[in-house]
Amino acid sequence: MADEIRTLSSQLAQDPDSLVFLRLGELLRQKGQLDTAHRVALTGLERHPHLPDAHDLYARILADKHDYERAFDEWDMALRIAPDHVGALKGLAFLYFKVGDVQQAAAHLEAAQRVAPDDPGVAQALAMARGGGPAGVEPLTAPEPIAPAAQPLEEARVFAGLEGAQEGLLLLDASGRVLGGALKDSAGRDVTDAVAAYLAGVSQEAARTVKLLGLGKWTGLAAEGDLGHVHLASPTSDALLLVVRDRAVPMGRLAVIAQRAALAARRWLESHA
Amino acid sequence: MTAPAAAYGKALDLITRVRSVRGAMLVSAEDGIVVAEQLMEGIKGPAVSALAASLATRLRRAMEAAGVGASLFWHLQAEHGALLVVPTPGGTLVVAVAEPDVNVGLVRLELLRAAEVVG
Repeated sequence: MADEIRTLSSQLAQDPDSLVFLRLGELLRQKGQLDTAHRVALTGLERHPHLPDAHDLYARILADKHDYERAFDEWDMALRIAPDHVGALKGLAFLYFKVGDVQQAAAHLEAAQRVAPDDPGVAQALAMARGGGPAGVEPLTAPEPIAPAAQPLEEARVFAGLEGAQEGLLLLDASGRVLGGALKDSAGRDVTDAVAAYLAGVSQEAARTVKLLGLGKWTGLAAEGDLGHVHLASPTSDALLLVVRDRAVPMGRLAVIAQRAALAARRWLESHA
Repeated sequence: MTAPAAAYGKALDLITRVRSVRGAMLVSAEDGIVVAEQLMEGIKGPAVSALAASLATRLRRAMEAAGVGASLFWHLQAEHGALLVVPTPGGTLVVAVAEPDVNVGLVRLELLRAAEVVG
């Protein structure tokens, strides 16, 4: 492996636009040289931003570094570019599996199997996800085994793979009932129920306000506080999503986080309908 | 409300001169009554102000409960436009109704300036 890494590094130095960074990054990742792998993948991604394999490689490295939120983003991006990308489907399945959302994990693995029916890794992982695989078999190309201790709460499943699922994301129904996620204030106190109570009916009021103004459907509500920012979205007509972050997170970034969380919430709501 | 009535018009002028702003209002946060308005024809000021005040109250309470402090600015986004609001310390909401292509940063700035005038 060391020889191959040297050879590929040399090739990449001679031709920085070469796609050998994919193989080189993967070898470095497998060898545990994550910082170097990270640099290689990121440089490659900058040169080939529309290459799904580059996003897949980068996501694997991020997952190895336990940066699951960004790994989710990268695999998500790979799928946007190439909806049948097996690596990204497996990667997302791994993240869903990791937080215990077996249903979503299996759905992604089934999609991967449709694309690559002969891939034994996918079949094995799918069997594991369905609970029928052989003991001790690693279900996915995971950076670490999935610990039984990571059995999630129901709410964690809604926002699988998203940062802040237990402290800064909240999903409510129209009456303010908590469907998923949780909120904690800066002192670490659980404020989920209090916030949920105040937000009951907000979705309907927002809808009435924009209707009265002839503005169509409301798509989001961003608010700036003196200690933090919040973003409200409506993943479905009768659900409300709240994202809370401190002021260090710019409003634009918060909107992106909310968009992803809303997508996850919508999928979750549809699967539980 | 500490500013004289003439100052209200000046405060609203700051907002409505921004491109793609359809109107602006000063609303009593407590009861949702319009204090002053410069709205394009067709916008139902009293109804919008009542709903905006109600929304502002819920939002303020939720934000305080969430530990993010008082609301400084909020922006209700919709398919065909937006409602942008800055609450003042004196209990007034400075409200703008805008087209979807509005420069939100600029309106926010003018809303904050208007809020300083209104107090």
